[in-house]
Amino acid sequence: MSLQTTLDYRPATARAGLIIDWTPYLVGIGIGVLSWVVFLVVNNPLGITTALSQVSGAVATPVLGAEAVASNSYWARNLFSLDYGTLFLVGTLAGGFGSAVLAGSFRFEQVPTVWAERFGPSPLKRYAAAFLGGIIAMYGARLANGCTSGNGISGGLQLALSGWVFLAVMFATGTATAFAMFRTAR
Amino acid sequence: MTLPVTGTAALALALVFGFAFGFLLHRGRVADYNTIVRQFLFQDFTVLKIMMTAIIVGGVGVFLMVQFGYAKFHIKPADLLAVSLGAALFGVGMVLYGYCPGTALAAIGGGSLHALVGAGGMLVGGIVYALTFDWVKATILPVGALGRVQLHTLLGISPWAIFAALAVVALALFVAVERASAKRA
Repeated sequence: MSLQTTLDYRPATARAGLIIDWTPYLVGIGIGVLSWVVFLVVNNPLGITTALSQVSGAVATPVLGAEAVASNSYWARNLFSLDYGTLFLVGTLAGGFGSAVLAGSFRFEQVPTVWAERFGPSPLKRYAAAFLGGIIAMYGARLANGCTSGNGISGGLQLALSGWVFLAVMFATGTATAFAMFRTAR
Repeated sequence: MTLPVTGTAALALALVFGFAFGFLLHRGRVADYNTIVRQFLFQDFTVLKIMMTAIIVGGVGVFLMVQFGYAKFHIKPADLLAVSLGAALFGVGMVLYGYCPGTALAAIGGGSLHALVGAGGMLVGGIVYALTFDWVKATILPVGALGRVQLHTLLGISPWAIFAALAVVALALFVAVERASAKRA
């Protein structure tokens, strides 16, 4: 734990005892109830990657040109705007920040413990894996038409076949990947 | 107030509901790389506990609301080849990244710099998908396309039977996991 892998700007007293974790069951109930609310109030299930693909279109615009993005058959139906989906992303980011600040646990993390124990303290190595993983996860999420939120939770709770196939397959390949990567870990 | 809320009010609510989602993910420790990877190594069951509880609690409420006319289903099409291939890639990517897209955003909010770098990767992944979409649409999406299917209609049983079975499985898993972790402590 003494690896100098995280930049921790909190005073020692804040680090000692302020991190408040809720039991996973309470958080699960919270996300379940939040699902009721979004179905009822905005008629829009929890989901992340549809809006994230809109953002990818916005990011691609300076490189590919607005014309190319607007005429792309995928982005044409997912054009970027500050709509419900993209603002939900902003909210999710802010929610993580709000929780971290209230808990006194906000810190800049470069290399997490489990990674550092296996692959060492190099931030560059970790960044490379995170970047590659991000590409693969997002491509997969779009191909499957949803991620852990849209397919897993929202699809799962509606008993959608796509949701349960997604959950089963991603847990299988995720487990295989984790064991392959961390096989020497305890 | 008429439901569902639309227009500008819905945009404000997007921020509120998104905030609640990110807050819950962070409080549940799933905006933490270590928690996610340890789940896939069967060392920490936080992810499964949260997901199964959310699916059962959320599902019972949503099915009741649909039954009484207060909500509509939003079922994604079961394009089985695309969902399977996509999920297979997603599992690999999620473990490499250490986050899924939602928990990544909450983690960035909590200060994770590698989550931020990986979010750049996700944007690249989104661009690659858009550029390959015509090919995907022509060759992968039509294979095993069963439509917007739900498990209970497919099996010809009551959705409540499925939720009851899920609850039994979840309870058995939770008890086993809590016993094992109590023994280790």
